[in-house]
Amino acid sequence: MDVFWLQLFNGISVSSILLLIALGLAVTFGQMNVINMAHGELIMVGAYATYMTQKLFQSYLPASWFSQYFLLSIAASFAAAFLIGLLLEKTLIRFLYGRPLDSLLATWGVGLVLQQLARSIFGAPNVGVKSPSWLEGGLSVTQGLVLPYKRLFILALVAVCLLAMFLYIYRTTAGRRMRAVMQNRDMAACLGISTRRVDSLTFAIGSGLAGIAGCALTLIGPIGPTIGTYYIVDAFMVVVLGGVGKLVGTVFGALGIGMTNTLFEYWTTASLGKVLVFLCIVAFLQWKPKGFVAMRTRSLD
Amino acid sequence: MRQTGTKIKKRHMGKGLLAAVSLALVLGGCGQNEPAAGSASPAASPAAGASSGESGDGIKVGILHSLSGTMAISEVSVKDAEMMAIDEINAKGGVLGKKLIPVVEDGASDWPTFAEKARKLLSEDKVATVFGGWTSASRKAMLPVFEELNGLLWYPVQYEGLESSPNIFYTGATTNQQIVPAVSWLLENRGKKMYLLGSDYVFPRTANKIIKAQLAAEGGELAGEEYTPLGHTDYTTIISKIKAAKPDIVFNTLNGDSNVAFFKQLKDAGISAADLTTLSVSVAEEEIRGIGADVLEGHLAAWNYYQTTDTPENKTFVEAYKAKYGADRVTADPIEAGYDAVYLWAAAVEKAGSTDVAAVKEAAKELEWDAPEGKVKIDGETQHLYKTVRIGEVQADGQFKEVWSSGEPVKPDPYLKTYAWASGLSSGS
Amino acid sequence: MTQWMIKTGASRYGLAMWYFLAAALLLAAPLFTSDFRLNLLAKFLAFAIAAVGLDLLWGYTGILSLGHGVFFGLGGYAMAMHLKLQASGGRLPDFMDWSGLTKLPWFWMPFQSFGGAVLLGMAIPAAVALFLGFFTFRNRIRGVYFTILTQALVIISVTLITGQQAFTGGTNGITGYGQILGHSLAAPETKLALYYVTAGVLLATFVLARIVVKSRFGKVLRAIRDGENRVRFLGYDPSRYQMGVFVLSATLSGIAGMLFVLHVGIISPSMMGIVPSIEMVLWVAIGGRGTLIGAALGALLLNGAKSAFSESYPDIWLFFMGALFIVTTVFLPRGIAGLAVDGWRKARRIVRRRKEVPEHERKGYSAV
Repeated sequence: MDVFWLQLFNGISVSSILLLIALGLAVTFGQMNVINMAHGELIMVGAYATYMTQKLFQSYLPASWFSQYFLLSIAASFAAAFLIGLLLEKTLIRFLYGRPLDSLLATWGVGLVLQQLARSIFGAPNVGVKSPSWLEGGLSVTQGLVLPYKRLFILALVAVCLLAMFLYIYRTTAGRRMRAVMQNRDMAACLGISTRRVDSLTFAIGSGLAGIAGCALTLIGPIGPTIGTYYIVDAFMVVVLGGVGKLVGTVFGALGIGMTNTLFEYWTTASLGKVLVFLCIVAFLQWKPKGFVAMRTRSLD
Repeated sequence: MRQTGTKIKKRHMGKGLLAAVSLALVLGGCGQNEPAAGSASPAASPAAGASSGESGDGIKVGILHSLSGTMAISEVSVKDAEMMAIDEINAKGGVLGKKLIPVVEDGASDWPTFAEKARKLLSEDKVATVFGGWTSASRKAMLPVFEELNGLLWYPVQYEGLESSPNIFYTGATTNQQIVPAVSWLLENRGKKMYLLGSDYVFPRTANKIIKAQLAAEGGELAGEEYTPLGHTDYTTIISKIKAAKPDIVFNTLNGDSNVAFFKQLKDAGISAADLTTLSVSVAEEEIRGIGADVLEGHLAAWNYYQTTDTPENKTFVEAYKAKYGADRVTADPIEAGYDAVYLWAAAVEKAGSTDVAAVKEAAKELEWDAPEGKVKIDGETQHLYKTVRIGEVQADGQFKEVWSSGEPVKPDPYLKTYAWASGLSSGS
Repeated sequence: MTQWMIKTGASRYGLAMWYFLAAALLLAAPLFTSDFRLNLLAKFLAFAIAAVGLDLLWGYTGILSLGHGVFFGLGGYAMAMHLKLQASGGRLPDFMDWSGLTKLPWFWMPFQSFGGAVLLGMAIPAAVALFLGFFTFRNRIRGVYFTILTQALVIISVTLITGQQAFTGGTNGITGYGQILGHSLAAPETKLALYYVTAGVLLATFVLARIVVKSRFGKVLRAIRDGENRVRFLGYDPSRYQMGVFVLSATLSGIAGMLFVLHVGIISPSMMGIVPSIEMVLWVAIGGRGTLIGAALGALLLNGAKSAFSESYPDIWLFFMGALFIVTTVFLPRGIAGLAVDGWRKARRIVRRRKEVPEHERKGYSAV
């Protein structure tokens, strides 16, 4: 029985990580239609920002403060990825609106440059990030069922990010402007919304979310120049499966992939499980070509 | 309408012109190196080895590792060690009185690229030898090229054995210098029930096949076997399976980044080295830096060399490496094997008095050298090295403490011919 | 864009002249290049075949596939399996031996004959494309959804082939062949002959693609690109056309894969992965989508640039490639072919200002 609960928890945990890496993409790709192939590299930026924060704490602050670095590093990774996203938008993405496939090619180039940049700055080998002591260990529910604090922390972090995004998009003026611009750019402009500023901000927020994902991933995974490539395809799968343009769809997409993946992997092997999950995605899209939650629209094409 | 037609026609003319110009450019670019490449008799180029790589003032040697892509995390450091060896040799006057000129190429973690660059190094740059490769796949991709063009490759990483090409020198361990003794040691000291975990590629699968045969012969028991795709980053389900199987030992052949995810998540699941013995064959000092010494403390690894290996040669090697690349860098087994390769080749060339491939191979037979790991010797028959086997335990500072060693260099046996239980593994080639 | 759909006859002489020139250059290339460079050029020509196929699908029909590496790889595996069986000379291929197989798997049997391997190298990619296309296009999955679907296809194929090491060679792929049809692959004569075969296939692909583009079928393809629903309302069934062009495109990739194996001597799952699939799209984009010559040149130039950059700056060549992608997409949305067309037009305008264009030159055009 413990195994069942543990696997259930693992499924939810995998889903939460998928959701975290896809959340930023749900904004840049889902809302803005930019096929951001550099999303994985923005995750990497977040991971390296965490590494840098840790380094600063180790070098300049008393050792007793060290375990608190992680809270600051969440903000630092968001800020680093946010700034890089802003820079990208201002210098590159703004020329590519309405040309989603071109944005794919250009951001692919950006991804290559960022990878090489990381390699040139931090060196090719992986770097290590020491987890804060208050995230070590786990919550013992029964003898055989231990829920690691890190996993619980990531779950909470995802919940907070999701809530913040919902509030931002649906409850703030800035969010309403964003939705207006994404739904009808010309009309929004006529009504006096600065679409340029909204675009920049939206893209930067999406990038910042990728940074937070990178920060969280340092707890459980490697930190190196090419880690972005491990997550990018999964992120796109989640967004597309959930339905482009709807945040709630992304949640379903992450849960769907995360749970089936854990299930198949337990029943079969990791490789076969992966194949089965992607076969399910292909089959599912045949059934629902626009994903779980389709945007209702009257326009053709 | 007429107007449009004219415009469009010009487009088409433009395209045609572009086609011609660009093609000419591509061809021009291709032909650019022609004077250097086209030797007197183009048909005989593969056999023209007599003075390969020697030009007036220096000897060209190739270095071919992945400097980009996923394998760069491991291979860049080996390249660094090889460059350092070349610099050291040059500082002492070079080989045969000539300086070594390294030609560095990027294999880009892509096997066909390794084949392309190997061909380029041999037929365009005419290098005397190549140091390179990490994954078995990259070696397998380069092997036909080296055999076709009669080149010489020094491969510095432990691998799955079952191979001995006349054009390759293997300076890393083969199975009987790493995996087989490690399994024997584990069965004697840590328990009988073994769980095999590896990445889904050739080295782990072949290694595990050998281990299974050995377990059957030496009274071990197989608790489970699992392979994960390269780049896999979630090990929670695998860890559940390991928990359910209750093994004494996990024999870990995961590759690169996957080790980071596995060990971090193993620790999160509340399993420490005291609860479960793990022995890894692809986790060295450099990987420990990326995983964190706190995560790995107490876990085991099997190698031929550690940064802490106590020889005078190693002391100077580690000091030189840190001085050149930074005090925070560490040395590790493949790094040392790459460094050895350069020195061994240089010694063989000095002995042969030429860089000719056949002469160097002949001179390399039974060549001995005091490497940082201790004395090594080239086995003339298989072109592998005699190497000392060492099992180490990770300490809190990220370094290994040797817990067992074979005491003397072990003769390489890539086909495991001296082990009765291994007779059914391969029909031999 | 819409201008390209208008057709006002063709200047057959002009076109024939350019084709002749291109053919002559390809024919003469071995005179100028070393063995190694010729081998590289042959590889690029094989890539160009795949690029032309991809352009038919993307540039002309507006369907972006990020999974063409799979078709390329399937073709490559077909040829590699044949060569490996030849090299093993009746015994089991080496990787099967050390993976514990004792008997040749049934699906390897047809690859013992060269003809069978070539046929399957085209038929298997075509069949996979047909199977996927049949459901996907009829269910009206399009745009970005289709693109992501093809990425899933990549992941499935790569993971499967990597996992079934005993049957496919795993990550190592299949390498180590000796000869083709009794000729040593290492011999310079064989290499030269293979180069000419590849150049010939490329030219044939070009002619075929041009015929397709010029035909009524090709017109419907472009109509689908510019307005799928309008085409449907006019009574066409777009899914059939999409399926048709998808299969054609996949077959061309398969052919390219077969030729690639002959030049490079290895096929492995890494050639089917996400990265090569995206690179194929980049060739077309940078060369100029919607123009056949652009796609082919994109493949040649981009791979040439990749080789040149990585040879000159092995440590940091990714910077150059990345910058190249960014700059071309932003400043050359229609690729190099678009740039050339604009440049040519500008030049013509200047010339025309000096002297009126004689009437007989205004014969029409043809888009290639």
